[in-house]
Amino acid sequence: MIRFSDVRKTYPDGTVAVDGLTLEAPTGQITVLVGPSGCGKTTSLRMINKMIEPTSGSITVDGRDISGMNADELRRGMGYVIQSGGLFPHRTVLDNIATVPLLLGVPKTQARASAMELLERMGLSTSLAKRYPNQLSGGQQQRVGVARALAADPPIMLMDEPFSAVDPQVREQLQDEFLRLQGELGKTIVFVTHDIDEAVKLGDQVAVLRVGGTLAQLASPERLLADPADDFVADFLGRDRGYRGLAFAPGGSVPIGTEPTVVLGTSSDAARSVASGAAWLLIVDEAGAPVGWVEPARLGARVERSDLHRGGTVARASGSLRAALDAALSAPSRRGVLTDDAGRLIGTVSAHDVLAAIEGAGGSADGTPASSNGDGAP
Amino acid sequence: MTWFLDHLAQVGGLLVTHAYLAVVPLVVGLALAVPLGWLATRFPRLYTPLITASGLLYTIPSLALFVLMPLVLGLGILNPLNVIVALTLYTVALLVRTVADGLSSVPEQVRQAATAMGIGPVRRFVTVELPLAVPVIAAGLRVAAVSNVSIVSVAALIGIAQLGSLFTDGFARDFLDPIVVGIVACIVLALILDLAIVALARAVTPWLRGGRAG
Amino acid sequence: MNLILAYLTDPAHWQGSGGIPARVLEHLIYTLVTLLVAAAIGVPLGLWVGHTGRGRWAVVNLVNGMRSVPTLGLLFVAVLVLGPRIRGDLAFVVPSILVLVVLAVPPILAGAYAGVDAVDPLARDAAKAMGMSSREVLFGVELPCALPLLFGGLRSAALQVVATATIAAAVSVGGLGRLLIDGQAVRDYGQMAAGAVLVAALALAVDLVFALVQRVAISPGLVPARRRPIDRKNPTPANPVA
Repeated sequence: MIRFSDVRKTYPDGTVAVDGLTLEAPTGQITVLVGPSGCGKTTSLRMINKMIEPTSGSITVDGRDISGMNADELRRGMGYVIQSGGLFPHRTVLDNIATVPLLLGVPKTQARASAMELLERMGLSTSLAKRYPNQLSGGQQQRVGVARALAADPPIMLMDEPFSAVDPQVREQLQDEFLRLQGELGKTIVFVTHDIDEAVKLGDQVAVLRVGGTLAQLASPERLLADPADDFVADFLGRDRGYRGLAFAPGGSVPIGTEPTVVLGTSSDAARSVASGAAWLLIVDEAGAPVGWVEPARLGARVERSDLHRGGTVARASGSLRAALDAALSAPSRRGVLTDDAGRLIGTVSAHDVLAAIEGAGGSADGTPASSNGDGAP
Repeated sequence: MTWFLDHLAQVGGLLVTHAYLAVVPLVVGLALAVPLGWLATRFPRLYTPLITASGLLYTIPSLALFVLMPLVLGLGILNPLNVIVALTLYTVALLVRTVADGLSSVPEQVRQAATAMGIGPVRRFVTVELPLAVPVIAAGLRVAAVSNVSIVSVAALIGIAQLGSLFTDGFARDFLDPIVVGIVACIVLALILDLAIVALARAVTPWLRGGRAG
Repeated sequence: MNLILAYLTDPAHWQGSGGIPARVLEHLIYTLVTLLVAAAIGVPLGLWVGHTGRGRWAVVNLVNGMRSVPTLGLLFVAVLVLGPRIRGDLAFVVPSILVLVVLAVPPILAGAYAGVDAVDPLARDAAKAMGMSSREVLFGVELPCALPLLFGGLRSAALQVVATATIAAAVSVGGLGRLLIDGQAVRDYGQMAAGAVLVAALALAVDLVFALVQRVAISPGLVPARRRPIDRKNPTPANPVA
């Protein structure tokens, strides 16, 4: 556990970067520091590994005050990831990853072998091992940066906007991989971002900081969306809070209806008879995974890929109410497609049933009733 | 100091010659380097050969170039034109790269905006790209000017009179005063040229002056 | 042309202590000694300035200022002032080497400084944050990343030294400059021109050696995005690295 007790940082020119911060980052969880620029989030992060010394107050790691600890030793026990990686341009990918183990005196062959394993674990091809950072894409560099921070298996990871330098698609992919990895590793993570959506997606708890370095609110993402502490936090969270809050409401309680389907390639006569007059018919592949909707009335001789309407999103039955609602709202039939974790069709839900489930759970703290105005992607 | 005052006229004359030998190559070199630098950016295929050639030219020691020039130009070894041509070559060699880098430092959006407004390539070069490249070109020109002043003095070794003659004369007579005066005069001349280029560059780039913002 | 060829093909000019090989050797020794001394001064100083950020202003001004000092004048002053205090042949060689060192230090210093200064601040920051000591950051990250510009500085210092060592023949030291100065004294243009050709060739050779050493010594990761071999049929690269 990392604990800030009344930490303050004032620069010689009088700027107050962090003002009376008291905060706990629990062991094995992700604590996100989020706020506009100038809120002291990066300064706070960099005080944990003594890159910046606090002016007053104390920071403890597992009960030990870091002010008395040797900075280099402290840092070697904390993984550090920064925007665009901060990779060493003159070292190969493999040697970049092996940096801290080598500093700690691990034999070279052993350090390289475990670096190779990490490379694979981060979803990178081992053929990249001998490349140099300038031969990698932004997303690859970022993954190598994370691998490098993980190499010595530190219990603590400090991450400063690690995913902001890549395009939105890659960012989302990196975030998902990061969460999967954290599920396996259970590190104590302090994560800095200016992106509230990223904070809400990744954090077990989110600390919203305001300019001048004071803590505006510390709460779980659900709690934050449901009950912002003040106008600043509410503004910073932005619109569609209710809809976004549904992401934390489990979708299990919605009644799932069976959906008639035919396999891609079926003759249109057979398809029309299955649809029995409905305007839209769901098409699956041989494995039973949904591939799209068709209008039986407009089919040619067979159900072809070109007939498919791809507007509908697909939600997992084990996922959130938000995903289920989005699936229903985005499907041309207005029936949201649900699958199991392997991607096979279970059935469909109506938006009405999802809303009923939300209202049924309305008494709890999770989510306020939805007033959706179209936050598209699930 | 007394030596200097006694020989004021002589030093003055040498200074003028020295300035002439240093400045003419600077002007001619710039005039040649601009089109060459433009070629290097306009046709990327020409970039490497042009830059490599000027790099090689620049490696040739000045005394060697002064000695070889008469052979190339067919002039007498004491003809100052040898020095002017040699220094022009150095200046071009240094500036081709600077001009090319300066031109490619012009933001692509600016170039495209100019094209989109219907400004033709030649007009665009003169009215948009060249002015925006001035700061980079001026920096190169300053280096060329200062090195030219120093290199000109070397020509005294092959008998061409300018401030460098004070060095050879003083050395031959085991007499420090003229050498020191020559060195100071060279530094002063270099400083004046340097300031002149800075002032000139400032004068033609009014948009870079004033306001601290940005 | 014929004068040069006549001089260069005369076997007598390739023998003895005044012969071409001996002159080339002298020239190379001056250059090497100067570069070693200048690097021993300039590299640590430049690294220190780059690493600590102290004295940048002095470095920039030293480099620009030294460029305006005429080398020939400096050489003569050094010999006239220091020569009488040194005995024997060294009376000319030591002041000359001293001037060569004075000329070679600024570009080396500037190269080392600029090299460290140009290191990606994020890489330096990451190195510190991973627990590298100040020493480890300097030698493990900053120095290797500074090599391209450091070599640039060494290379221009080497060319400067080769050129100035030629001029130093005017103060009675050896090297290829002797051919030019002695030829001038006896109005033997063939000898002068042959010397000029040899000096130019030597300068190009030194530059070439530096280019080769640079290729071996510098991490491929620091070479700006390598140009892929262009596919002649399909000149647009298929999948540029984002």
